[in-house]
Amino acid sequence: MELIEAILLSVLAASTPLLLAATGELVTERAGVLNLGVEGMMIVGAACGFGGAWLSGSIIVGALCGMLAGILMSLIFALMALGLAVNQVATGLALTIFGIGLSGLIGARFVGEKITPAPHLHVPGLTDIPLVGRILFGQDAFVYLSLVLIVAVWYVLYRTRPGLILRACGDNHISAHALGYPVLRIRTCAVMFGGACAGLAGAYLPLGYTPFFIPGMTAGRGWIALALVVFASWLPGRLVIGAYLFGAVSILQLHAQGAGIGIPSQLMSALPYLATVIVLVLISRARTGGSTAPAALGTVFVPDR
Amino acid sequence: MSDPMPAALHTAAAPLFQAAGLTKRYGTFLANDRIDIDIWPEQIHALLGENGAGKSTLVKTIYGLIQPTEGEMRWRGRPMVLAGPSEARAHGIGMVFQHFSLFDNLTVAENVALGLDGKESFRDISARLEQVSKTYGLPLDPRREVWQLSVGERQRIEIVRALMQNPGFLILDEPTAVLTPQEADQLFTVLNRLKAEGRAILYISHKLEEVKRLCDTATILRGGRKVATCNPKAETAASLARMMVGGEIKQVRAAADRRITVPRLIVNDLCLTPDDPHGVWLEHIGFELRGGEILGIAGVAGNGQDELFAALSGERLSKEPGTIVIDGHAAGHLSITQRRKLGAAFVPEERLGHATAPRMRLSENALLTGHATGNMVRRGFVNTAAMLKTVDRTTETFDVRKAKRDPEAASLSGGNLQKFVVGREILREPVVLVVNQPTWGVDAGAAAVIRQALLDLAASGAAVLVTSQDLDELAEITDRIAVMFHGRLSAPLKTVEASRERLGLLMGGSSIDSTEAPHAARA
Amino acid sequence: MQLVLEKRAERSATIALVSPLIAIGLTLVTMSILFAILGKNPLSALGVYFIDPLIDGYSLQEIAVKATPLVMIAIGLSLCYLANAWNIGAEGQFLIGAVAGSWLAVKTQGTDAGHWVLPAMLLLGALAGALYALIPAICKVRFGASEILTSLMLVYVADLLLDYLVRGPWRDPKGFNFPTTAEFDPVATVPVLIEGGRLHLGAIIALAVVAAGAVLLGRTINGFEIRVVGAAPRAARFGGFNATRLILLTFAISGALAGLAGIVEVAGPVGHLQPGISPGYGFTAIIVAFLGRLNPIGILVAALFLALTFIGGEQAQIAMKIPLDVTKVFQGILLFYVLACDSLILYRFRLIAASSKVQSGAH
Repeated sequence: MELIEAILLSVLAASTPLLLAATGELVTERAGVLNLGVEGMMIVGAACGFGGAWLSGSIIVGALCGMLAGILMSLIFALMALGLAVNQVATGLALTIFGIGLSGLIGARFVGEKITPAPHLHVPGLTDIPLVGRILFGQDAFVYLSLVLIVAVWYVLYRTRPGLILRACGDNHISAHALGYPVLRIRTCAVMFGGACAGLAGAYLPLGYTPFFIPGMTAGRGWIALALVVFASWLPGRLVIGAYLFGAVSILQLHAQGAGIGIPSQLMSALPYLATVIVLVLISRARTGGSTAPAALGTVFVPDR
Repeated sequence: MSDPMPAALHTAAAPLFQAAGLTKRYGTFLANDRIDIDIWPEQIHALLGENGAGKSTLVKTIYGLIQPTEGEMRWRGRPMVLAGPSEARAHGIGMVFQHFSLFDNLTVAENVALGLDGKESFRDISARLEQVSKTYGLPLDPRREVWQLSVGERQRIEIVRALMQNPGFLILDEPTAVLTPQEADQLFTVLNRLKAEGRAILYISHKLEEVKRLCDTATILRGGRKVATCNPKAETAASLARMMVGGEIKQVRAAADRRITVPRLIVNDLCLTPDDPHGVWLEHIGFELRGGEILGIAGVAGNGQDELFAALSGERLSKEPGTIVIDGHAAGHLSITQRRKLGAAFVPEERLGHATAPRMRLSENALLTGHATGNMVRRGFVNTAAMLKTVDRTTETFDVRKAKRDPEAASLSGGNLQKFVVGREILREPVVLVVNQPTWGVDAGAAAVIRQALLDLAASGAAVLVTSQDLDELAEITDRIAVMFHGRLSAPLKTVEASRERLGLLMGGSSIDSTEAPHAARA
Repeated sequence: MQLVLEKRAERSATIALVSPLIAIGLTLVTMSILFAILGKNPLSALGVYFIDPLIDGYSLQEIAVKATPLVMIAIGLSLCYLANAWNIGAEGQFLIGAVAGSWLAVKTQGTDAGHWVLPAMLLLGALAGALYALIPAICKVRFGASEILTSLMLVYVADLLLDYLVRGPWRDPKGFNFPTTAEFDPVATVPVLIEGGRLHLGAIIALAVVAAGAVLLGRTINGFEIRVVGAAPRAARFGGFNATRLILLTFAISGALAGLAGIVEVAGPVGHLQPGISPGYGFTAIIVAFLGRLNPIGILVAALFLALTFIGGEQAQIAMKIPLDVTKVFQGILLFYVLACDSLILYRFRLIAASSKVQSGAH
């Protein structure tokens, strides 16, 4: 019983950075932009988030630093891919390579330091309910925020005019431009939202998940978040399911290793990555015949004047 | 114009819209050069000109999409500066785009909502959409997604969307290019009604008979300049064309002694499922095309012409070899390269990106379709000299104008690139040529060169299949015409017997079964 | 003011040549600022980075040694990228090549196996790299799964596989529990070119790969096929070229070259299999490919330049206590500038007044 509760708790925690980063990327891609630099924005967010929290002693300051770092990184991407019409795939790769170096540089002085992690909610009575209490009412703010955010994203995308315009830019930028919508400005906003989410997701790792910073601690989560958006067919609801499934896979391998099953630990560690490949294959195969990707995804747009 | 007119006299005394000395410069290129135009209410004003004459630039400027370099626009006599289309719409200027400004994966209602600037609720928009579409006889289902709709229905969305802003001035860019003659007539009814309601209309077309019938005034552009304003009803189609081109248009001539020989291209009961879920199914297509003959395929865009081209070229393979026979060889299962080796040649509709790689040189684009035949490749190595020679021969024979010997494909004008693309294939001396929209979007001079080249090719004994949406073009060069509708092909009619009305009915699908199987239709 | 792009009628040949130089110049300026922020004298830091390695014989050899894997991998990647197939998992293919070749070295260890061992190792490395690269390629053409994501995921898997082998079955029993295989036998080692030096046979192989790449891309119909499939897929299909086949082919070639680079590195400069055999060659090679503008000769020059930054980075760490991460930051910034300058080949940049009202108000 307690083991199940512990597993579920750790699944929630492991899924949260994936959900946050993937939420941002979903919005970015819905506007027609493929930003492959999620991993880079996350890792810089992690370094800056930890640095901010360690220097100020405040988790909130840390989270804001992480978001700000993510936004600044995403602005580099926007300048390159939107402003200068550079290939989005190459720009995203560059952002990740740059981000990994930069986070090492920023984070070097914080390695070995510790902070008090983000506090968990405690509602007397509710949190103490066996099994579900801590899961529903005992999480840190990041977990709740990630869920609020994805619901908000769903609402804005499908129930508001700005959301409609954003989806229109992702479907056909030429039409959107002809009707007078500032395609590049809208896309820049979407990219910045993606950057903020990725930065926050990165910051969560040293602020909530493990209370210290190690270089390279995102360990490919940014890439998995990208895969999640594909898995979710660009639909917010399915993104939540996907994030929790992947969180579960990464946690189960930890527990399996802990239980001392006679499988090499490296194989268990490889599971999330192998699972990503397999899921991508299955989901892409299931979709043959009709692609649900935004029609303009990843294409360059240069308005004529 | 310093004193504002009393409101009541606006319509009578002053133009609704005026452009004065409107100029748009791109680098050293003058897309619009000091253009003056007056638009009056209750008038349909034609804007005529060849491709590249500056019509698009002008209407985009009027709609606020591009900013003029110099000159002024006036709205009801007052200077008007537009920072964007929403400001144009706020003044009462509406626009129906030629290539549509729709979103395939959104619903009709969402598409309409995106073209409106107000704070109307989505429900109100849907309600008003149904009302406007009923008022003008333009039926639409607000809940359907655009990709499911026909080209005519898509245009209806554009028109209804523009009308929902209650515009005083409506711009239509080549609206009938995608319509059957009957659909065009229905559109004219709507336009005349809008005119009677006191609105001004700017109507771009190069179907001159249509302009003579519909329009009250015409402004003619050439090379970015206004060359004339006239009453089209007082002109002939030929005199209008002369003003557009700035000289006589070369008439194409069919050879007198053309001999119809053996079947070169036979299609037997061709059925094909599309690759693309939004594509058209080809159903039981069959025809026979002999050497020396030109067969035309008419039809509204999106009725399977692209799919048929892919099936004939071998970009899509058929499982049954016998469905397509090229010069006596079953070829349904053969790749495009193998079909080229049998003597077939192909010219697709899209010049840039399909017929050519835009950012590659002409010599490389010669290699693109010539690598399997001829001498451009030897033992896997490419022969640059042979490639350049092909470019030179094409340039000479078909008068391709370009800035240097071997430029990138994208740097040529539409007409010159099309001459290159058609010439590249004709110089390979094919026995079968399949060409899709041979003169789409090219100037009259280039169109004449291309049509003449097709006639000459047929005269030399090749079989030519021409798919076109331009009925005048088909009437000019073909011997027989078949019509494509919903992936089916009608039996061919002799061109001399194919009236516009008859073709129009077939294009609308009303009697395709009766031409194909008269007995079944009666039963 | 607002930045506006104007499409050029034709790509600018002049800018195509000078753009990498502009990019390097801008990177050096940016790096100087970064050094200043880090409290180091920018000029002396740049000197340590880019000049010192060039005036020292040992460093010069070391540059060639580091450039060797970069060239091999980047040539393969350039074929992929030209064909618009995004293999970003070369690091994994490099590691798998190293593992597969090392298998033979480990198995023949201490036996009297002859001189066939090294060629067989190289072959195994290339073959394993190709097969490993074919996994994402097949997932792409068969199921439509994004090759970007799958090829990258397989980097982590390869890394963990190597880790498992050197900690488990292949660990050197006399290695004091370090995660490494025993030192390879002489017949399983890539020979050095100069006695007592570091430069090895791999450099010759890399030069051969450059020559082969230049001929393939510049002179053959297959090279044209690769370029046209990437530049205009629909036109390529119309030309009769099969994009599916080409994705498989370019992935296989680039995987083979990365795998070859891996086993050459392990059987050459390193001498045994251990974790951390690559300081990110597979990723740096992406930068090399773009900096060399996907052209074999350009790649050779770019690889030497980036190898210089590796050496310079190590020396700067020793001499000036500049963190090694600066090298990665440098490489990332360089890639940004290269891509931005490449945009100048197709577009003109112009600054215009943001408000059109101001403009028209003058009349």
